[in-house]
Amino acid sequence: MDFLTTVTSSGLIQQFLVGLSRTTILFVVASGLSLVLGVLRIPNVAHGSLYMLGAFLCYSFATLFGKNPIGFWVAIVMAPLGVALISLAAERGLFCRLYDREHLMLLLFTFALMLLCRDIVKMIWGAEYRSLAPPVVLQGSLSILDLPFPKYNFFLLSIGPFVALALWFLTQRTKIGKIARAAAVDRDMVSAVGINVSWVFASVFVIGCFLAGLGGALVAPTQNIAQGMDHTIIMESFLIVIAGGLGNVWGALLGALIFGLTDSMGILVWPQFSIVFPYAIVVIVLIFRPKGLLRATW
Amino acid sequence: MLQVEGIHTFYGSSHILFGVSLTVSRGEIVCLLGRNGAGKSTTMKSIIGLTPPRQGVIKFKSEDIARAKPYIIARMGIGFVPDDRRVFFDLTVDENLEISERKIAGTDAWNRERVYEFFQPLKHIRSRKAGFLSGGEQQMLTIARALVTNPELLLLDEPTEGLAPIIVDMLEQRILALRDAGLTILLAEQNQKTALGLSDRGYILDNGVIKYHGTIKELQENEEIIRKYLLV
Ligand SMILES: Nc1ncnc2c1ncn2[C@@H]1O[C@H](COP(=O)(O)OP(=O)(O)OP(=O)(O)O)[C@@H](O)[C@H]1O
Ligand SMILES: [Mg+2]
Repeated sequence: MDFLTTVTSSGLIQQFLVGLSRTTILFVVASGLSLVLGVLRIPNVAHGSLYMLGAFLCYSFATLFGKNPIGFWVAIVMAPLGVALISLAAERGLFCRLYDREHLMLLLFTFALMLLCRDIVKMIWGAEYRSLAPPVVLQGSLSILDLPFPKYNFFLLSIGPFVALALWFLTQRTKIGKIARAAAVDRDMVSAVGINVSWVFASVFVIGCFLAGLGGALVAPTQNIAQGMDHTIIMESFLIVIAGGLGNVWGALLGALIFGLTDSMGILVWPQFSIVFPYAIVVIVLIFRPKGLLRATW
Repeated sequence: MLQVEGIHTFYGSSHILFGVSLTVSRGEIVCLLGRNGAGKSTTMKSIIGLTPPRQGVIKFKSEDIARAKPYIIARMGIGFVPDDRRVFFDLTVDENLEISERKIAGTDAWNRERVYEFFQPLKHIRSRKAGFLSGGEQQMLTIARALVTNPELLLLDEPTEGLAPIIVDMLEQRILALRDAGLTILLAEQNQKTALGLSDRGYILDNGVIKYHGTIKELQENEEIIRKYLLV
């Protein structure tokens, strides 16, 4: 067990912070997936494609607004809005006709959309990867207990609680949030009191997809923007949502924390094997709580 | 006010209602009697549009609503109180009413305050989650939730089912108070005592077919019908 002794406490904190910033991205994306899953009952496999689209759009907008110091900030706002717009069109044109279909049908349908998105992204941006530098103010590192920690990751860390708070407010305090929570359990009764469930579903779908786009835009400066990023994130998001409790946004937060932290801390414990840790943890969670950690709305 | 004319309703491929017809006039309480599985709830759900009939006409205030969406029908003035007390479990009592409330002009409009006066027990538990209420409280809430939509016709599906006698008495008295407040009510019941005590007229449904219809007095006197279609 000699590897443990080489881990200093500052290294531990560094990995912890890395894990938390990863958690932010996972939470933003998975909470959107969970929202759509919980309220609309659509297992949206194309959610990861919207994340990829968000990243590519962020790259394009940031390049478009070029050297302008606010270019990046414009991009990080516009990219998820663009994704939201596309999802609104998809909801009104396609999904709103499919709410009553079986889940298997929806799964296949969104899978087809995922393949379609992949080709569209390839047609527009080509097959080679892109990269995007963080804005000047967030370039470089800060040192924490003598170890460097990228400034951009601090920005990510500050976004997480903000998104969580906004989601809490949306679901608990706004009328549409309350209607959405009621519709998640009993959409027939919601319409029988005179509420047009269709527009509630449209809004929730768009909000969920916006979160996918936001996750993609946020992650853009931290990694290569490339084909295949849809793949990884959708697998991770589904695992997080399942482990946290289907349809439960707080479950998504808990799941993202567990997934993100075991991922980064695992490297300290057993580097060669670290990629397996988050998956193993999810399996263990599901063995003991097959319906997820928090109450599922399914 | 409501005319149901020869409706045929299906669940998938199983045919449940066979040409059901009934009428309800303004200010009446009409009951729909019948054994388990006779099709009372299906008739209610056909009217509110949750299981739209494949054939037949449903007219409400002279408009055909047989193909309309439930939310449109609800907004036209039909309130639905389902049989299984489907409150929004995840929301508080007050939130249940908040999302259902549809404000209309006029002094006799039902709003949250008036509903809390009408069902006093709800007032004290307004911030409690609906999932944690007792059966009687949930039933008051489902009726209250229908009331704040300001309906003219109320569909009540077995409102007293499975409740303690003292609660049943209270609910019966409240239902009569609703009629006095100007509502028209279609009531599905298995409990004959409740149904006969409250209603002006009654229909008897058996295996998806209307077998009998008449005033309550006629019905009470017709023991053969009661024996044949209502006693288990
Ligand atoms: N969702 C459904 N799918 C298929 N069949 C159903 C469904 N709901 C009810 N049925 C069938 O339709 C018939 C009528 O049911 P319905 O609930 O209307 O009867 P009911 O008169 O309300 O009975 P109860 O007194 O038990 O409430 C029954 O035979 C029942 O099995
Ligand atoms: Mg019934």
